[in-house]
Amino acid sequence: MIDYHWLYGLAGAVFAGFAIGSARDETNPKRWGNAAFWSLLVVSFWFGDFLGDIGNGVLVLALVAIAGFHLIARGSKAPGTARQREESSERRGNKLFLPALIIPFTAFVGTLLFNYTPLKTLGLIDPKAVTLVLFGCGVIIALIVSYVWLRPPALAAVDEGSRLANAIGWAMVLPQMLASLGVIFAAAGIGEIIGGSVAAIIPHGNVFLAVLLYALGMVIFTMIMGNAFAAFPVMAAAIGIPILIHGAGADPAVVGAVGMLAGFCGTLMTPMAANFNIVPAALLELKDQYGVIRAQVATAIPLLIANILILYFAGYAWSR
Amino acid sequence: MTYLPLLGIALVVIGFALRFNPLLVVAVSAIVTGLLGGLPFLKVLATLGHGFNENRYVTVVWIILPVIGLLERYGLQERARALIAGVRGATAGRILLIYLAVRQIISALGLTTVAGHAQTVRPLVAPMVTAAAEKQLGELDEVTSERVKAMSAATDNVGLFFGEDIFIAIGSILLIQGTMGGFGIQLTPIQLSLWAIPTAICAFLIHGTRLLWLDRSLGRGR
Repeated sequence: MIDYHWLYGLAGAVFAGFAIGSARDETNPKRWGNAAFWSLLVVSFWFGDFLGDIGNGVLVLALVAIAGFHLIARGSKAPGTARQREESSERRGNKLFLPALIIPFTAFVGTLLFNYTPLKTLGLIDPKAVTLVLFGCGVIIALIVSYVWLRPPALAAVDEGSRLANAIGWAMVLPQMLASLGVIFAAAGIGEIIGGSVAAIIPHGNVFLAVLLYALGMVIFTMIMGNAFAAFPVMAAAIGIPILIHGAGADPAVVGAVGMLAGFCGTLMTPMAANFNIVPAALLELKDQYGVIRAQVATAIPLLIANILILYFAGYAWSR
Repeated sequence: MTYLPLLGIALVVIGFALRFNPLLVVAVSAIVTGLLGGLPFLKVLATLGHGFNENRYVTVVWIILPVIGLLERYGLQERARALIAGVRGATAGRILLIYLAVRQIISALGLTTVAGHAQTVRPLVAPMVTAAAEKQLGELDEVTSERVKAMSAATDNVGLFFGEDIFIAIGSILLIQGTMGGFGIQLTPIQLSLWAIPTAICAFLIHGTRLLWLDRSLGRGR
């Protein structure tokens, strides 16, 4: 069965490409640091299951040391000259979009086929991994089509891939690091501490204030943890269920759905949600690593107010 | 109960604010939080390693980079710009408004990985929006260029977050159902996804208004 391990094998191979491409880039003053960083990821993806938990912990510390002590940098090689790119863009026209569109197309058609044909029951692909597996298939098809059509030099995908990978750099593993920080936060009992202190300051009888604290608690805890998933069970157990649903008789569907969406407003405002907020800043080569967050705050705050009003009126005042 | 582990959170906040390397900040905070929470060092190290290994799937999406890099070498971004330069009436705000709607709709259909920062924003959306802003303003200064690029990424996030919960089989809906079920409150995914719709509409109106404002403020800069 095709499952996550198949994907990890593929991803390890791509990271090996980043390591080789980084080592080949003479314009990068710290190219060996970059090569070491990507090589450690290859080890993690190919052999992570055999290293044991402490072995993986040491690997993580090594990755952190390479990034934290600034042993990686980026090269200055451009992808061909501006003129070559213009000329290729002119000559090939809008067909250039096709290989890029193969990836979403494969994911789309693949999902339909998987869900509406007997493919699901064949046990060929692990249902948990199906979107990522189809994404991986799309990448492979797009790569083959690009090579057949564009006929680039053999190592072009390695060089261009590592150019982008080094533009993102350490930010690429930050989301994964934050996920493991979440595991530690949970093990240290952070959820209970926050849930308990928020529940302790709620005055009895004022439903609007309870709604406000529920929504703000979701936002603040989401900003700390980097995702609303970690915040929801804590805030639901501390306020949502005992005070809003059982105490005030609010509609559980609204408390659940809109409470989660209030948390999503917090996701828009925190560097802890690195894959949405920090990684794109690196990917778009912004000078300000918080540039994406700055662009989102003015949407997040009015939307949070909207969510609080929906929670109060649709969930409580109008629903009884 | 002890409040000591909260110091780990304070470390994260301070570390990010002082712009230390985020990987370093997270690792230090993880170790400090674990120790203050009463775990021995080796247990903290093992938890960190275990969490990292279990969450590898988060990093898999970057296998797309060789394809995007290769196409950039053959002029993908230039092509995206040329396409927009040929469309009359294309402005930065309007392109992003259309992208917001499309991103919300396809996310609501459960197709969350079809678009994204690596898949669509860097190779297509950001160059198109930049080209449109250049049509409005001429050569962009650095502040404006950063602003339109950041807004492109922001629009992708808003479209994803406030579209995906309308789809019934998404993780967050299942989590809400599971949490509520644990307290004896039975909900169906469809009830939850219906209540994601009012917020989705508000998100479109609020962010959409800001996108049209973006056009006005770009127009004033001329």
